[in-house]
Amino acid sequence: MKHGILLHEPQDDVGVAVMDLKKGAIIGALTLEGKGAGKFKLLNNVPLGHKVALRDLAKDQPIIKYGRPVGKAVQPISRGAHVHTHNVKTLRWSI
Amino acid sequence: MINAQNLKLTGYKRPDGRYGIRNHVAILPVDDISNAAAEGVAALIKGTMALPHAYGRLQFGEDLELTFLTLSGIGCNPNLAAVVVIGIEPKWTERIVSEIRKTGKPVAGFSIERHGDLRTIEMASRKAKEFVQYATELQREPFPVKKLCMSTKCGESDTTTGLSSCPTVGRSFERLLKGGATLIFGETSELTGGEDIIESRCISPRVRADFRCVFDDYTNLIKSQGVDLLGSQPTEGNIRGGLTTIEEKAMGNIQKIGRCKVNSVLRPAVAPKGPGLHFMDSSSAAAEMVTLCGAAGSVVHYFPTGQGNVIGNPVVPVIKLSGNPLTLETMSEHIDLDVTGILRMEMNLDQAADHALKVLERTCNGRLTAAEALRHDEFVLTKLYRSA
Repeated sequence: MKHGILLHEPQDDVGVAVMDLKKGAIIGALTLEGKGAGKFKLLNNVPLGHKVALRDLAKDQPIIKYGRPVGKAVQPISRGAHVHTHNVKTLRWSI
Repeated sequence: MINAQNLKLTGYKRPDGRYGIRNHVAILPVDDISNAAAEGVAALIKGTMALPHAYGRLQFGEDLELTFLTLSGIGCNPNLAAVVVIGIEPKWTERIVSEIRKTGKPVAGFSIERHGDLRTIEMASRKAKEFVQYATELQREPFPVKKLCMSTKCGESDTTTGLSSCPTVGRSFERLLKGGATLIFGETSELTGGEDIIESRCISPRVRADFRCVFDDYTNLIKSQGVDLLGSQPTEGNIRGGLTTIEEKAMGNIQKIGRCKVNSVLRPAVAPKGPGLHFMDSSSAAAEMVTLCGAAGSVVHYFPTGQGNVIGNPVVPVIKLSGNPLTLETMSEHIDLDVTGILRMEMNLDQAADHALKVLERTCNGRLTAAEALRHDEFVLTKLYRSA
């Protein structure tokens, strides 16, 4: 398998790890159509199914996946970092 | 590429013209306190199946109506050849019996008061034995896909469901819709973040307004509780699997309907009036949702899972699809279709849908699903509020 990350849409900010990815590894990303989306140096361990930032993201910036906002960054996120509940929150249920 | 019209399906034609893919004789309790008698009959008579559940006493209003609708709907489901209904007293028992009788299938009701469990079990068992002998003589016959009513709902989702198993169902549903099947999806809470997509798929402004109404009702309920749903929506299982927000989960969920249009919005447990894809207002809890689909007439169910939800249903065979390699490695006995090839880019969605339609065909023709073989018989009523 030549890729370790899959994207739904080319413009997505995050991709999904399709295997356990190790910090420091350089991993290729593909779109679901099989187009190359670049290579990424992992800043953290990212388990299978978890997300990797494909570009630097500012605090409060919406996170694009499926070509749509699916949450917002609650702290700056660097390219190659693990993206999950510690650095992204929902845009809903604002209580 | 497999067209749904070419599927060779066989089933049991019921007197109301619908087709079932299983041929059960059910012993259906009206209420929780009749479970023991129902299970007593099922223990005595070979080929019967009790459907115990937790409710049916002192419910009122909309909550009671939903229980009646669910119990009578399940009794009417074409996967049941005949039904014995047992309740504590005759009046509510007869309410369920009279609804099932409308389908023309054999049904009989028994009530426990003034007989006791033992005499009730004896009387009901004599009738159940007759029903089993009737049912075991029925034969399968071919039926067209336009006579198929089926449903979908995913569970223990993760990011792999959005990439693989949910879009596989979506692609299959597109073909089944073209073939004229009746399709049901729901999970009101799990559309949050993608509700505009569902609205855009509604076939008319009326259907769009119906959808907006049930979605807003749900949103208002959440607001009234004043809580953050993180941990419930997404669930802890979803989060472990890499899903971060409800919007992300919803986008994965919505892949299950592919590019299909939405024909109508159904209240819980209500049967669709015609072919096409229908949205049923429902909880996203797996056992509740599949039970409601069964009550609405679904005879088989596609269930994409990421982390490995093990749910089944006694009446509706549940077909599990997963694209998560860890789940296939650790709990493959629960999975009917492995679509991990999508993540490896070794299988495309059209190929995955071919496999899904073949599994559907085999399941309709009698092959037990993993959940059936593993005795996952979760029959769970949806409770709307506390009892009187």
